Amino acid sequence: MKGYLVLRVIAKLVIPFALLFALYVQFHGDFGPGGGFQAGVIIAAGVIFYALIFGLANARKLVPPRLVEILVALGVVIYGGVGVLGILLGGNYLDYFVLSSDPVHGQERGVFWVEAGVCVTVAGVMLAIFYAFAGRPRRPDPE
Amino acid sequence: MVLLLLLAAVALAIVGTRNLFAVVVLSSIYSFLMATTLVVLDAVDVAMTEASVGAGISTVLLLGTLYLTRSEEAVPGHRPLLPLAVAVVTAGMLIYGTLGMPVFGDPTGPIHQHVAPRYIQDGVRETGIPNIVTAVLASYRGYDTLGETTVIFTAGVGVILLLGIGRRGRKGEDE
Repeated sequence: MKGYLVLRVIAKLVIPFALLFALYVQFHGDFGPGGGFQAGVIIAAGVIFYALIFGLANARKLVPPRLVEILVALGVVIYGGVGVLGILLGGNYLDYFVLSSDPVHGQERGVFWVEAGVCVTVAGVMLAIFYAFAGRPRRPDPE
Repeated sequence: MVLLLLLAAVALAIVGTRNLFAVVVLSSIYSFLMATTLVVLDAVDVAMTEASVGAGISTVLLLGTLYLTRSEEAVPGHRPLLPLAVAVVTAGMLIYGTLGMPVFGDPTGPIHQHVAPRYIQDGVRETGIPNIVTAVLASYRGYDTLGETTVIFTAGVGVILLLGIGRRGRKGEDE
């Protein structure tokens, strides 16, 4: 779809705001609707939109598959790491109270990182699935 | 009510359509209607997820899959009577099961008696997070969310292992 001028212009306009909105959903999830899962999906949708308009090869340059693989694992590591950190600081697994001297602040900190982990993994997995499906050559029609 | 009727209409249209491209678009419409229904039910977080995942990502993935396959549904070689009977019986049992549930929004229902009051009353004080959904999801039910994240992770790893995501310099090309 590289030839469509309107699509290219609109995509360039929309994608930054989509990514910005994803960050808003991510960091405002404590107060309004949203959170890591939705933010991750929106980030992935932004990159997929880019891939649809500017071609898969360009998207692969923007977000290399290697990075996607790292993201997929990194999110779970962040999430589990918060839990392990809770143990190291003297609490139970996934205890956020111990992450800061003030228990409520510790909760906020724990939730922030946990949501970050969810966001990273979700964005990575969505992109991985998209790359896997979109990157396959089309089979000739069996009929 | 209008929304539910529209949902039913779209579902019937999906069943009746043979062109898979139309089915994908219709299921996207179905997701948006479902998201609107969830907004009406004040479940904004779920609505957002439904709109972004159900209507957004799934549609793109289904279209991507459709590009790899044919866009017309194959005509099944058997009568649809047995599957229809199974579906009707299952639906009947599910509807019969809902008859025993408390009325929607009933404050004396078991779901509102167990841990929900504590989440609502002490949630902000204990976690400092005004959005109860986030507080429950990430803090009170942190284990569950960890499990969900792991499920997504597993799905991603499965897709990467089975299909590959086009990394250059892959060592083993033997599948």
